[in-house]
Amino acid sequence: MLLLLASPPAWAQDDAISTPLTASPGDATRGRALVADRQRGLCLLCHPGPFPEERFQGNLAPDLAGAGSRWNEGQLRLRLVDSKRLNPDSIMPSYYRTEGLNRVGPAFRGRTVLSAQEIEDVLAYLLTLREEAPR
Amino acid sequence: MKRALPILLLAPLCLSASAQERRSGFENMARDTQAMQTDDTANPGMLWVLEGQSLWHQPAGPAAQSCASCHQNTEVSMRGVAARYPAWDEASAAPIDLAGRIAQCRETRQGAPPLARESQGLLSLSAYVGNQSRGLPIAPPADPRMDAAREQGRALYTARRGQLDLSCAQCHDDNAGRRLAGSTIPQAHPTGYPLYRLEWQTLGSLQRRLRGCMTGVRAEPFAYGASEYVAIEAFLASRAQGMALETPAVRP
Ligand code: HEC
Ligand code: HEC
Repeated sequence: MLLLLASPPAWAQDDAISTPLTASPGDATRGRALVADRQRGLCLLCHPGPFPEERFQGNLAPDLAGAGSRWNEGQLRLRLVDSKRLNPDSIMPSYYRTEGLNRVGPAFRGRTVLSAQEIEDVLAYLLTLREEAPR
Repeated sequence: MKRALPILLLAPLCLSASAQERRSGFENMARDTQAMQTDDTANPGMLWVLEGQSLWHQPAGPAAQSCASCHQNTEVSMRGVAARYPAWDEASAAPIDLAGRIAQCRETRQGAPPLARESQGLLSLSAYVGNQSRGLPIAPPADPRMDAAREQGRALYTARRGQLDLSCAQCHDDNAGRRLAGSTIPQAHPTGYPLYRLEWQTLGSLQRRLRGCMTGVRAEPFAYGASEYVAIEAFLASRAQGMALETPAVRP
């Protein structure tokens, strides 16, 4: 299992969403701001990442540094859209899914955590993260 | 045979909690926050305990009876009570938590105006009664009529909910001790309630804490006093059986 995760398999079809969700390409600068935003992206609640200016980063999840070299664009898109398709037990929220949820608060019902364009923005930013975190 | 059954039924509930060493949220706190809790002169929760003590002795209702008129010798009669709740309520034939019991006594026995959940009066009385059990081990009743609620509580605890699709167990069993942003995730033991939370800048109940965790995952919380909360409280008590009560605790 660990081996599979470390080296993305070549049978990548089920493991990726290769088509962008929007016509306009993602913007990495907007994506970085979303990742750091604790009300919108929420990423740093769980993940540490290369954000020297952000205190209080979580440690429930892998470091985002290097994500862009560990995974290709389609694989990252699937992980954002619905990581539970890869690991049903994942604690990572599905950022672009509204069905199959339980007791969603009224303010959030029928809405995805991020919009399609925001997913593409976050994705553009993750693809810039080529360098692994220092050990 | 009848006696042994409830204990057998309780055993599986305790497994996941005992898989790792049980720790109160107190253990995760910074030294100065711990000191604030343990020093009664610095613990803001003691203000509610004092307020509760005076309410306890205050006559109310048509017969001008106080809580103390029925429950004399409070230090003895209320010692260990908080450690047993939630418990079975004969009147409503349902589980009831300590705040619910206090509100019920006040309304039906004292005939005084009802005390709402999270009202100053109910929190103060809960803190005062809870404080009489400080240091005592949590001792859920072996009453088999409580088993269905404990089981429902366990189901609610393990069910994913909200837009973020997380269960209590995923944070408090699987990731306890890790950091969610700046907060160390505690094991969710109900040892300190009602407690003074620095973030609230006031005293709050366990149900308020549970609502906070539910809205945190963008789920619709239950209404205060809902049977679902009492069920979760009963499950958490069984999971924390034997741990010492800290009322009124302090949390970040
Ligand atoms: C509640 C926790 C949580 C949140 C919030 C979260 N993630 Fe994750 N994420 C995880 C976990 C845990 C994993 C590890 C794989 C798994 O369990 O699915 C993961 C895996 C990943 C991976 C693959 C990591 C790798 O290199 O192996 C990426 C990339 C990622 N997340 C990006 C994000 C981004 C971007 C956001 C915000 C938009 C985010 N995550 C929000 C918990 C979270
Ligand atoms: C996304 C993670 C997460 C989820 C899901 C979650 N909690 Fe929490 N919970 C926390 C954190 C973090 C704290 C501590 C907050 C602090 O330190 O300020 C906490 C605190 C608590 C406490 C207080 C413990 C103490 O020492 O006083 C209880 C009880 C609790 N949670 C129960 C629950 C229950 C029951 C559920 C499900 C309905 C739940 N939590 C869901 C993260 C979570």
